[in-house]
Amino acid sequence: MADARAIGQRGDARLWLAGGWLLVALLAAIFAPLIAPQDPLAQDLMFERLPPFWMQGSQPGYWLGTDSLGRDLLSRLIYGGRVAFIVAFAAALAACLVGSTLGLIAGYFGGWPDRIISRIVDVWMAFPPVLFAILLVAVFGTGLSSVIIAIAVIDWTRFCRVVRAEAMGQARMDYVENARIAGYGRLRIMVSEVLPNVVPTIVALLSLEMGIAIIVEAILSFVNLSISTDDPTWGGIIAEGRLSIHQAWWVLVFPLITLFLTVLSFSQFGEGLKARFDPVLR
Amino acid sequence: MILQRFLIRLLTMAVTLLGVSVVVFVIIRVAPGNPIAMMLPPGATQADIDRLRALYGFDRSLVEQYFIWLSGVLHGDFGTSISLRQDVLSLVLNRLPATLELSIFALVIALAIGGPLAILGAREQGTVVEAGIDVANGAALSIPDFLWGLALILLFGVLWPVFEISGRVSPRLDLPFVTQFYLFESVVRLRFDLTKDLISHMFMPAVALALPLAAIISQLLKISLKEVMTLDYVTLARVKGFSETKVILREALKNAALPTLTLIGVQFTFLIGGTVIIERLFSYEGLGNMAIDAVINRDLPLIQGIVLVFALIFVLINLVVDMMYALLNPRLRHG
Amino acid sequence: MSACLDISSLSATLASGQRVLRSVSLAVEPGEVRALVGESGAGKSMIGKAVLGVLPPSVKIAEGSIRLEGTDLGTLSAKERRRVIGTKTALIPQDPLTALNPSRRVGPQMTDRLIHILGWDSGKADKSIRQLLDEVQIRDPDRVMRAYPHELSGGMRQRVLIAAAFAAEPRLIVADEPTTALDVTVQKQILRLIAQLQKDHGTAILFVTHDLGVVAKISQKVTVLYAGKVVEEADTAALFASPQHAYTRALMAATPRYTDPMASLKPVDDAVLAGLSAEIAAADQSWRAGHG
Repeated sequence: MADARAIGQRGDARLWLAGGWLLVALLAAIFAPLIAPQDPLAQDLMFERLPPFWMQGSQPGYWLGTDSLGRDLLSRLIYGGRVAFIVAFAAALAACLVGSTLGLIAGYFGGWPDRIISRIVDVWMAFPPVLFAILLVAVFGTGLSSVIIAIAVIDWTRFCRVVRAEAMGQARMDYVENARIAGYGRLRIMVSEVLPNVVPTIVALLSLEMGIAIIVEAILSFVNLSISTDDPTWGGIIAEGRLSIHQAWWVLVFPLITLFLTVLSFSQFGEGLKARFDPVLR
Repeated sequence: MILQRFLIRLLTMAVTLLGVSVVVFVIIRVAPGNPIAMMLPPGATQADIDRLRALYGFDRSLVEQYFIWLSGVLHGDFGTSISLRQDVLSLVLNRLPATLELSIFALVIALAIGGPLAILGAREQGTVVEAGIDVANGAALSIPDFLWGLALILLFGVLWPVFEISGRVSPRLDLPFVTQFYLFESVVRLRFDLTKDLISHMFMPAVALALPLAAIISQLLKISLKEVMTLDYVTLARVKGFSETKVILREALKNAALPTLTLIGVQFTFLIGGTVIIERLFSYEGLGNMAIDAVINRDLPLIQGIVLVFALIFVLINLVVDMMYALLNPRLRHG
Repeated sequence: MSACLDISSLSATLASGQRVLRSVSLAVEPGEVRALVGESGAGKSMIGKAVLGVLPPSVKIAEGSIRLEGTDLGTLSAKERRRVIGTKTALIPQDPLTALNPSRRVGPQMTDRLIHILGWDSGKADKSIRQLLDEVQIRDPDRVMRAYPHELSGGMRQRVLIAAAFAAEPRLIVADEPTTALDVTVQKQILRLIAQLQKDHGTAILFVTHDLGVVAKISQKVTVLYAGKVVEEADTAALFASPQHAYTRALMAATPRYTDPMASLKPVDDAVLAGLSAEIAAADQSWRAGHG
């Protein structure tokens, strides 16, 4: 008894902390025009490589300093969140839909559908994921939708495997058997009986996937294969930071911290949700 | 019985590789854009373009192109790189050892960190120590190698520069190696000064790659150890008078490690996949780094060759892990 | 002559405070075979585990002492305690299948304690093991020692474990229902072996069992346990001749008899159970008074 409650408390703290950061970052991204102190694209070579506010040589209004073109780092970070969150939600959702559907079919029906889908998953997982993403974007062109589709195309297998395993486990359970005997169609059973039990796992995975999507986007923008416009991206800022690491370390440090916190929060949030909704612990 | 299993696996491997080659082929050949035009100077005539197209086989049907390429591969001919104007196979084989050395070094680091942590966590189960290890694992698991790499660059490249953050080896050094397996050769030739230089370049990228894997090993092995430690033969070992650490090492470890082998093998393939971006980050001259350039340059034959080699490595690792599991399990061995 | 094993007012509790061992006292003389008998869950295995220092983490010793050849185990450090247990005691476990490490050969599992804990050289250890394997009537010691546990039958595995236990020349062996997991046909054989080895080596044995038949065959003295409380203690012959406590009588009545198969099995009488519950309740009350 005491153990379950202790886990619950730890899980709650996790949920609040992680969810808190995500909310802050998301709101900042949404209200960027209102919050950002400067125009993220405005270059001012007079103010290039300014350090953050607590250091000597900083300028008021440029809280986290500027990059080598005089652009305000904080504003760029805030605006960069827009790309990050759009990609996170869209790509994760897409990967989830495709992967979960295929996984549900494979797990519940078994037989030939399972064999074909599993074979496809095997082939897909033989690709190095980052290379696959870079390949897709390079080949089909850069741009936001390209990136989203690319991420979904490489990572649907994550959902497929997990959902398949869960569905297979559930498909063997008595309540499914009973539904069959009662005369319900297989599709209906799959959706109304098996799916709800798989949902907690999917939700946790969704949160994790969002973190992964943000990383992949960051990697893509690091190699300059992400969005096609001038809009700031966290990965792009990191790429600049990497180049001027000795002269302006803050350009690398702050986007890195932001990514760290965001990715960590997504994964812990997912874990926390899963623990919350796990019927066993309840 | 092991032989039968092995042969079935080989067949599945071949099918998977075939599948990979088809997917890559389709993606690249179906892509919009004209890589041939990129290769030629602006004043090229249509005849020039057509000739080049014919040379690279773009004038045939898609299916024909695939089988031409496939038959070439089966004869050891992976085609010629468009961007580097060299034979793809030799380009790949030239860069492969660097990536292999990096990956294996990372694996060793991951085991060296994850193993002892798992044993410590199992021995101190229920205490603050185990809780601390769990928290550290949770963090390390959530953070991908890309971020670790950047953090390491900051820490050890700028803040406390003990390790190198760029390249595979110091540029001014004179290298007496005959193969591309620099690290291995440097040890064999007893050139430990070179070994030191190589390791100081490899250490950061290897650690970045290793941390997520170390966390997985630590987590999985600890859970497995804790399960095994409830079994009767472990209790008997305690009664015999062995210390908890000895009990874990002597009785529990082997039985606990086996079930984690498959999962760790899969994670190792993810580690190898991570070399693509980590090599880029650290300017390490390996296969992954070359892959990114190949993609940016739309160098179709090179891309195909590299992707196929990566897929082959992944599939081989799965095979090896599978075989190891069968061999190490005494019950399976004696059928 | 100091007792080999002297348990004095031992009480053990769960995390909730409930007692699983209720002020158990018993003393085993050197060379004596003491049966510890009771139903499942009576706590007899728990006593064995307490002596050997392998109680589950959920059970804590709340009061009392365990003395092995005069040394109070509770006053020792974990390391010292391990040493004493490892050199002076041995365990014959209940399930021979799970008590052997499936991925180690049998031989090393038998000799490892002798070499690493007792400090014998491998020659002496090997000789001793072979000698014991002969005593448990295993004719092919080479094959057995080279084998993996799953290659041996259940009976053979148990004989191996018995041999390993005696080879360490312990003062006290805790036998935790060693015949329960075996086929009926093999049980008698194993029991006879244990009895013979005990006589030959003069080892004291704390024999945990729920089977009165086993008690009659192997022990000199019996301690009867109910719900973690000692209910009766007597010489074996005396116990069977005239059991004093109602529970003991009920236990004997409940045992199917070969000589009288038509006699109906009698479960333990309600009145007896009520009496026992009262005894337990009274004991617990005074315990709570003393321990808050």
